[in-house]
Amino acid sequence: MKYVNYKANRQRGSEMLKRTELYDTNINSIKNVFMDKQDSIDERLWDYIDGLCSNEEKSAIEQLIESNIEWQKKYRDLLQLNELLTSAELEAPSMRFTRNVIEEIAKHQVAPAARQYIDKKIIWGIGTFFLTLIAGFLIYALAQIHFAAGGNSPAEDLITKYNPGNLSWGKYFNNTYVNIFLLINVVLGLVMLDMIITRKKKLARQQGA
Amino acid sequence: MHVGLTDREIISRVLKGEQQIFAGLVSRYQNYVFTLVHRFTSNREDAEEISQDVFVKAYRSLADFRGESKFSTWLYTIVRTNCITFLRKKKLDISSIDSEKAASQLENRESSFSANLVEQKSRTKMVNEAIKMLSPNDGQIITLFYSAEQSLQEMGRILGMEPNTVKVKLHRARQRLKEKMEKNFADEIRELQGE
Repeated sequence: MKYVNYKANRQRGSEMLKRTELYDTNINSIKNVFMDKQDSIDERLWDYIDGLCSNEEKSAIEQLIESNIEWQKKYRDLLQLNELLTSAELEAPSMRFTRNVIEEIAKHQVAPAARQYIDKKIIWGIGTFFLTLIAGFLIYALAQIHFAAGGNSPAEDLITKYNPGNLSWGKYFNNTYVNIFLLINVVLGLVMLDMIITRKKKLARQQGA
Repeated sequence: MHVGLTDREIISRVLKGEQQIFAGLVSRYQNYVFTLVHRFTSNREDAEEISQDVFVKAYRSLADFRGESKFSTWLYTIVRTNCITFLRKKKLDISSIDSEKAASQLENRESSFSANLVEQKSRTKMVNEAIKMLSPNDGQIITLFYSAEQSLQEMGRILGMEPNTVKVKLHRARQRLKEKMEKNFADEIRELQGE
């Protein structure tokens, strides 16, 4: 009889040991999930409370809250703070606030949307002006470079043949042409500036009316 | 008059010339704006003045609201700009809120709140007072997340940050709030826990 009891106890003991080992393995695997991320308990718990963690993390955290006293306590604290923050009401200004605002806006008018008074044509005009200016200077600069002439290979011959340096750029880019080009750009710039100022004045007049 | 109308419906009617209906938006968002502004300024009068200015600016540039985001999100951008301008005028740089000077200002605020601890009975009041002890930026993040119910993505959009950065900042703000509450409202917290 004693032997039977002893045997039964031993069997129960080994089952408990197995369960404990299994529990330890589970806990260790759960811990590893978080050790990889090096995140604090608080951070993980906030993610859980805010509903920002993955399903895997969620179930791991739930197990930890159930089994670990430290996690349980922290979870309770953070949940309480979360409830406090969620239930906190917004502050109210004085009773006259809405009336004050309405009285104040009575002196103003809704301004036209920025997209209405920003004319795409002006933007395109400015863009074209600068592009023309850059292109002009680039062409002028290229014309000043004296590419090396000569060479025996076919590639070198080709370069020599079509070398912009061999063209007589001087015919087209002498002082007179450059001055005309700059003058046109200046006139274009002034026209655009005038367009912007006129538009601004027109808008101001419309708002004042 | 404006009950039951959505924000967009109110906006389109205001843009058509019904100025008075703007009151609907003011009464809907006045607490939200006032709370956010009050997180920046410790003074109620200043907060009210800035909030009023926010609504006037919102009214004036209402045509620029494209409806791509929530009205509250768009409104917050005006709140932030106004508050920063106000603080600049007051010569208090919010970016240096962790500096020694600003820290001492916050400490002063803390002590004045501690003196009124006995009067602070309600949960809401306690939380609001604790939030006021934080830096304006921390207070804003907590208010936007909890009271304005903005998502991390929306907060990221209005604060010009990645949602993950907002998450980290929110976590830190809550951590600091927890510390402030434990330091200044220990009795109330124990009461809430039923100890």
